Amino acid sequence: MIELSHVSKRYPGGPGDYVALRALSFAVEAGEMVFVTGHSGAGKSTLLKLLTRIEHPTSGELVVNNKNLGRLPRWRVPYFRRELGVVFQDNKLLHDRTVYDNVALPLVVAGMSPGEIAKRVHAALDLVGLLDKEKLHPIVLSGGEQQRIGIARAVVHRPALLLADEPTGNLDAELSTHIFDLFASFNRHGTTVLIATHDRAQIERLRMRTLTLKAGELIGDSAT
Amino acid sequence: MKTWFLRHLQVMLGSLGQLARTPLASGLTLVVIGVTLALPASLYVAIDNLQRLGAGLERGGQISLYLKPGLNDAAAQRLAGEIRSLPQVVHVRYISRAAALAEFKQHSGFGATLEALDNNPLPAVLVVRPEPSADATEVEALRDRLARLRGVDLAQLDLAWVQRLHAFLNLAERTVWLLAGLLAAAVLLITGNTIRLAILNRQTEIEIIQLVGGTPAFIRRPFLYSGLFQGLLGGLTAWVLVELGLLFLAGPVRQLADLYGSHFALIGLGPEAGLALVAAGGALGWLGSRLAVGWHLARLVPR
Repeated sequence: MIELSHVSKRYPGGPGDYVALRALSFAVEAGEMVFVTGHSGAGKSTLLKLLTRIEHPTSGELVVNNKNLGRLPRWRVPYFRRELGVVFQDNKLLHDRTVYDNVALPLVVAGMSPGEIAKRVHAALDLVGLLDKEKLHPIVLSGGEQQRIGIARAVVHRPALLLADEPTGNLDAELSTHIFDLFASFNRHGTTVLIATHDRAQIERLRMRTLTLKAGELIGDSAT
Repeated sequence: MKTWFLRHLQVMLGSLGQLARTPLASGLTLVVIGVTLALPASLYVAIDNLQRLGAGLERGGQISLYLKPGLNDAAAQRLAGEIRSLPQVVHVRYISRAAALAEFKQHSGFGATLEALDNNPLPAVLVVRPEPSADATEVEALRDRLARLRGVDLAQLDLAWVQRLHAFLNLAERTVWLLAGLLAAAVLLITGNTIRLAILNRQTEIEIIQLVGGTPAFIRRPFLYSGLFQGLLGGLTAWVLVELGLLFLAGPVRQLADLYGSHFALIGLGPEAGLALVAAGGALGWLGSRLAVGWHLARLVPR
């Protein structure tokens, strides 16, 4: 599902380039749930940006869902992103739209019919327990509920791969547990899940494969 | 396909709704586009009317043959008959000295002064109307031929100023196209700038749409409809402004035409040119937003 081979990412600037990732190599098989952990600046978010084709690697090869991202033409990028579900730390919700409209967005851009959209949005909202809030605007909901809207939006189009960048960064322990349990349940239903987090408590609780990054290098893989 | 049309309809209505939600800003943009398009359109209408006036004058172009004072009525009538037989001539009217005097008294306002004269100072005149299809060179050749006829004192053809008018109108027409080009560029910039501001306002939304797999075409669509509607409504505003201007000038022009015994009246853009103006506005609005969206989207990457 995911394969990195000697992937590096450098950002130019200052006296020398800033190296965010150094020769990273690992693979995630379909159906796995993997945590990527490390301190701030370890390279977790950069890795997620490479996986979603927001950034390009400076060197190395990166294959996601059988697509070599280095060779993916620009016009194919939107179609590639439709195969992913992404949960962001800051939710990235549209506050002038209702919960329903936010969750429906990936289906609308994919050109799905309104009837099918309604069916899938209701199913996704039901999964995250927000079916009764579909007509509200995200701004009136709590941080945990907003994060769950983000999760519903990430899974509404039933992606094969779900990526999450610090999905519980701003939430308390109880809400974090609820959110991580949601990810685990998606994984049990066959979705490959990769979560960048520094929440040690959740990592230890769920006991899934964990990749540890430090200063852009892979220093640990619990599977090996 | 049905879903595709439905989405377009939704985006179209959404763009119109966006215009309606910001009436002041939208209204100002439409007026600016309207005035910008109305300038070349007004000049086009002015030149069109002057061309019509010039064409009418040219069609009515005539050669006045002033006859020698000693020529009597019978000789003048014979001369008129001789000229009538020429193939380049469609009509000849004889105005005797007495008739010319009576006409001059009636129209000049110098009736009393003329009464005081001992003799009639006016010559008899043959007014010759050439074949309407004849061009200026042919009419001038006819004038020269008629001037050489026995009994003709002076042959006068008043086409020179009409030719000058046409030369001026040709120049003015070119100027209008040049001006239209410059003002079209201005419309592109106006729409482009409005769309640029709209893109900046919706930057977060665009980034999120990019992240969930929205194609550039999907992202461009609402902005293109906005630009199209701004252009169409701006073109419509321009049409209304031109027609209002004509309405304002119609009265004085009619009065002036009456003074010259003419039935000339101003003609506006008409449905064809009016719709072309609206369509041109729409096309410029669409193109302006297409350029602006293309430029800004290429620089907008999700973070």
